[in-house]
Amino acid sequence: MIRIDGLTKHYGSVRAVDGISFKIARGEIIGLLGPNGAGKTTTLRILTCFLQPTSGNISVKNLSIHEHPLEIRKMIGYLPESAPLYPEMLVYDFLAFVADVRRLSGKRKESRIGEVAGLCGVSEVMHKPVQELSKGYKQRVGLAQAMMDEPEILVLDEPTSGLDPNQIVEIRDIIKEIGREKTVILSTHILSEVEATCDRVIIINRGRIVADGATEELKEGTGREYTVSVSLKNTEFFEVKNAFDGLPGVTETTLNSFENGILDFSLSISNEGDLRPDIYRIIRERNWLLLEFRRHTRALETIFRELTREGQR
Amino acid sequence: MKNAAHIFAKEFKGYFISPIAYIVISLFLILSGWFFFSTFFLFNQAELRSFFSLLPVMFSFVIPAVTMRLFSEEFNTGSFELLSTMPVSSAEIIIGKFLAAFSFVVLMLIPTLSYGIFISFMGDLDIGPWIGGYAGAMLLGAAFSAIGLFASSLTRNQIIAFIVGMTICIVTTLVDKMLFFLPEAALGVFQFLGADFHFQNISRGILDSRDVLYFLSVCFVMLYLTHLVIQEKS
Repeated sequence: MIRIDGLTKHYGSVRAVDGISFKIARGEIIGLLGPNGAGKTTTLRILTCFLQPTSGNISVKNLSIHEHPLEIRKMIGYLPESAPLYPEMLVYDFLAFVADVRRLSGKRKESRIGEVAGLCGVSEVMHKPVQELSKGYKQRVGLAQAMMDEPEILVLDEPTSGLDPNQIVEIRDIIKEIGREKTVILSTHILSEVEATCDRVIIINRGRIVADGATEELKEGTGREYTVSVSLKNTEFFEVKNAFDGLPGVTETTLNSFENGILDFSLSISNEGDLRPDIYRIIRERNWLLLEFRRHTRALETIFRELTREGQR
Repeated sequence: MKNAAHIFAKEFKGYFISPIAYIVISLFLILSGWFFFSTFFLFNQAELRSFFSLLPVMFSFVIPAVTMRLFSEEFNTGSFELLSTMPVSSAEIIIGKFLAAFSFVVLMLIPTLSYGIFISFMGDLDIGPWIGGYAGAMLLGAAFSAIGLFASSLTRNQIIAFIVGMTICIVTTLVDKMLFFLPEAALGVFQFLGADFHFQNISRGILDSRDVLYFLSVCFVMLYLTHLVIQEKS
């Protein structure tokens, strides 16, 4: 459905996007994941024909962004980052304007405005000016306008940034609801967001794709590498480190926190088998008080952490 | 081009949501009224010449204030991204916004028709210059709206858009008044570039195609430049 070929975008001497290529099938929910400044927004802006790429091409249903920008825009509903709307317009007027520009008229216009408002939960603020809305409501109005013309593709740039946890859950539910029928591409720098909503993750760093695969697959990883996090009472980190560094398969013992006598640490493990019985045996032998014990098979997080660290350097 | 109408409707309504429209209109009417009537009784002539002779300078200040937000505000709030990723072409956006500003200027001129009516009670109003004056005022308003729109497309800061627009308008108004230090050969060219020169021609009641063409070309050139600036942004 969407084909991205060798996409490159330079801003002066900065390469924001550096030869990205991938394909998106109909009905997928794709998460573009990456640290800030990785090139997610730029990629989405090129896809929505807001920016021209320096080189490369995107085609949507075999229409190229270079030749058919208006047709592509018609197929795409777009929510830009932080939902920039017209602050002084009433929500209803704004949605009506979007409907007009997207060539909806008469009964269909009225019914679509009602439908998207209902779906995104903005029916009760229709007669308020946009600038008086909370961040969460603005985001919902942004989603509502993106869905106005029942687009086949929905592009959402950081749809949950700046929202409180309840609002995040609500917006994610809406996105999942939409994703049943539409192709959705969303960008985020929050890992859990991808895990919660997307079928497929593409991790971008410094304008390049570093990982691409089904969320489940990336989450499980190869099964060889995983982390066990443990919380203990009545012990010290050096004792723990001494005890576990000897265990074959443990590659690293890292301290997460030590507060109020509760020691929180993780063991990075690289082993075919499950080391948890061995770890538990050690804890019992030393008579440490076990508060929490959990295994994460999260290759995704490992990849992402490495990336973010690199990005900061 | 149907979308230009939707953009126009949104922008034109937008003027009246905030108090800016009312402030600009009041200011324009107060100033133009004051300048007009403060000298009107001195000359003891039933004509609007003093009103029309000041109009280009007044417009140089007022119209950039009307147009300054058209693009700058969209760039500043980021809503331009939303607008330009909808199925509209940049030509439709530009024409819609231009027509909104132009209509606002026309609306602003309507109350000044009362000056003419008022004068016609006091003496015989020469209808030729009166019609010519308003035709000229509309052409001038269109040209300055295009200039202001261009200035607004250059920056995300409305104040800068205002100052740039005002500067271009003032220079085109006064360019033919500052020619005394130029060689005689260049005079004709610069005089022809001056908006005031053409406006005063029309407001004498002589509708010359050269003057009309001048204003239309200023509109076209400025709107085209705006189009180039918008293209350059992507």
